Amino acid sequence: MAANTLPKDFSESGALIERHWQELAARRRVYSWLGLSLLVLALGGSLWFANETNAGKFFDRLPYLFDFVGDIIPRDGSEIFRALFDLPSPYDDGSFKYNYPEGRLYVTDSLYVPEYFYKMLETLNIAIFSTIVGTAIGFALCFLASRNLMPNWFVRGFVRRTMEILRAFPEVVLAGFFLAILSLGPLPAVIAVSIHTIGALGKLFFEVVENADMKAEEGLRAVGASWIERVWFAIVPQVLPNFISYFLLRLEINVRASTIIGAVGGGGIGELLRLSIGQNHEAKTLAIVLLLFCTIVAVDQLSAWARRRLVGDQAFQLAQ
Amino acid sequence: MNKLHVAEMDEIAARHPEIFHRSFWSRFRVPLIVLGAVLYGVYCWWFFAVGAVLANANWSLAGTYLADWVSYEVRPEIRMDGHGTMQIVYPRFSPLGDNPNPDWLVAERETVTRTIETPAAARPAAPKSTTSFMAPGAALGGSAAAATGAPATETRSEEVVTRAEIAMGRSTHIEVLPGEVTVQHGGESLRATMSDGKVVPETGPLPRWAVQKRPGEKIILSFGMAGWAEIDATEVSIRKRFLGWANFIFDTRSPFFGRPAADVFALIAWGERIDPQRSNLSLAWNNILYNSEWQHLDVWTKLLQTIVMAFVGTVLATLVAFPLAFVAARNIARNRFFNQLTKRFFDFQRSVDMLIWALFFTRAFGPGPLAGMSAIFFTDTGTLGKLYSEALENIDDKQREGVKSVGAPSVAVQRFGVLPQVLPVFASQALYFWESNTRSATIIGAVGAGGIGLKLWEAMRTNSDWENVAYMVVLILIVVFIFDGISNALRSRLIGRSHH
Repeated sequence: MAANTLPKDFSESGALIERHWQELAARRRVYSWLGLSLLVLALGGSLWFANETNAGKFFDRLPYLFDFVGDIIPRDGSEIFRALFDLPSPYDDGSFKYNYPEGRLYVTDSLYVPEYFYKMLETLNIAIFSTIVGTAIGFALCFLASRNLMPNWFVRGFVRRTMEILRAFPEVVLAGFFLAILSLGPLPAVIAVSIHTIGALGKLFFEVVENADMKAEEGLRAVGASWIERVWFAIVPQVLPNFISYFLLRLEINVRASTIIGAVGGGGIGELLRLSIGQNHEAKTLAIVLLLFCTIVAVDQLSAWARRRLVGDQAFQLAQ
Repeated sequence: MNKLHVAEMDEIAARHPEIFHRSFWSRFRVPLIVLGAVLYGVYCWWFFAVGAVLANANWSLAGTYLADWVSYEVRPEIRMDGHGTMQIVYPRFSPLGDNPNPDWLVAERETVTRTIETPAAARPAAPKSTTSFMAPGAALGGSAAAATGAPATETRSEEVVTRAEIAMGRSTHIEVLPGEVTVQHGGESLRATMSDGKVVPETGPLPRWAVQKRPGEKIILSFGMAGWAEIDATEVSIRKRFLGWANFIFDTRSPFFGRPAADVFALIAWGERIDPQRSNLSLAWNNILYNSEWQHLDVWTKLLQTIVMAFVGTVLATLVAFPLAFVAARNIARNRFFNQLTKRFFDFQRSVDMLIWALFFTRAFGPGPLAGMSAIFFTDTGTLGKLYSEALENIDDKQREGVKSVGAPSVAVQRFGVLPQVLPVFASQALYFWESNTRSATIIGAVGAGGIGLKLWEAMRTNSDWENVAYMVVLILIVVFIFDGISNALRSRLIGRSHH
């Protein structure tokens, strides 16, 4: 192109354009550097603050960073599987460290479910059940929050603010509050995760609904359908694949969330993991980590497969 | 409009068999899925024993705990001392401070002089619960010395209460005389006498707001949000509830406690120095920061830790995931082995739960934000790396080819052919994770990985600091909303408003 090979001899308007461009470029560069240095400053300050308020200092602890790896190596490799399947250990000395068979949960006289599998099932059930509950309520609420179906701004705003608060409310507080009322057990975790799910899924759902094609709805409106009929026959068939995809995505997140909630008193495998790490039970820790890892991989793969079948590759934008 | 003949209808049905004769699965799919979900719900009801748990739940506690979020109780106790007189006692850490004299409690006092015969009787109002709790040594020492002393008579004059009247609410009054209590609430009244270790209601059947489990035992009166009271044989405990957070700014030990706002401002601005070492302003600020009930400084530090954990974790994860994503993307690094290695590494980091990382790093670094930060960093490196490499694999190749065709070196191809396409997406995803990590960093803290989570958890454990929980929740909500706003604003600038 001729213009690119003409660095000097500009016409008057050409020079103006060149100057303008250079100004813009310079301003852009200044903004970039400003933003970058702000980020570096914030990062440095944050790191300093974190190090300052931590119990152990980073550089003091760094040489010992991998000590815990030594702490979690069991006496022999098959110990992990004995712990996992509740088989008796040859090192059994009566302590809690090697008492694997004591966790057995007998179904019949000879058939038992190993403790960790049962606890993992509990955690999975917490995740699945609360995802279903959250989806059901979020589904009911999302149509009230979307602009195209709920013209009343007050109802819409109210439902949206409620969802925002449910989403942002710390799960640990919900769990703790219900733990105080319901006493120990998995139910507080279920309630906490469900409430969070309502808020998180409700938001995603109403965004999908707002992007739905309204022609079907107009057609139904023209023949005099009620609001519920319009939603059910015009909107729901359009958005259902996306809803199911979000449901599966949320399920993945909730499996992780219910593990963590378990660790702070909600029962399930998380609690056992926290205890066994705290008490230096190497084989038990590794068994739980292994089980958790396999479960999460399996859930992720299953959900990814189902989502790909449902909505194709566009399902892979992460959302929480 | 013409009606269709039966034959025409049949013809239409024959022309579109896929609509009128759908497979069983496609016709009943939705009801079957719903049925499955309901059956699963029933199973979970059994698995979690929901019915039993709900039946055994302590629902009355729920109301009290919820009320504690936004209100506090003042708990005077009126003790009968067995001489036809009474004493009013406040717990040691009363929200009214060391010398409470509230205007809703009117007491008629007089000074009596009496001769006391035995040391045991000399301590008629021996503190038995709240007062002795914090200083057991002193109380024990005192009574031990008194018990060993010879039984002698002692004359002392003390101020006693002969009548106390408590205004609990507009229509609720409690009048306490020695051995007798009269309660007015909602137009009904109750009179009870206390003698020989028994509480006897004198006015017929008890009103709905009063409960006595067995005759002679204590009567519990509940007045809703106004509070409640307990009539025992030897004392009347009052729990009057006030809306608001008690002593939020200055605690009871502060010299600024109990003063009106204008007074405090005047004192800070031109008052005489309370502490000669420093100005009143710095004293006031110090008192606020180290408020013993609300622990503002500690709460703010912990909150900042949570924010910092999410921020640093996400930034570091982005920085590490960024170059690795180029290695993992099939179309950029044309080496199957390294592609697969990096991708499996991402999968591994993603699949090891954040909880596991948090627990391990808490052991490595000790409790604190370093552990939480590392946990977030490790988990998010995997997730961001996966997302980034997928974004890289979906780029338009034409730009790269263009840059390559003019003979640019490999680095320049990435810089000018790839980066402009993906950078907004990368930044937007990083912002998104920053936002969601700010929310989830709270719970990581509860297992010891630093931040406000542990403080929240400890406050909840005692079951009596729900107002502190409410304070922290409000702070967390504010922070989350602010950061959501910032992140949304930045993201919509980066990639346009259409897709959040």
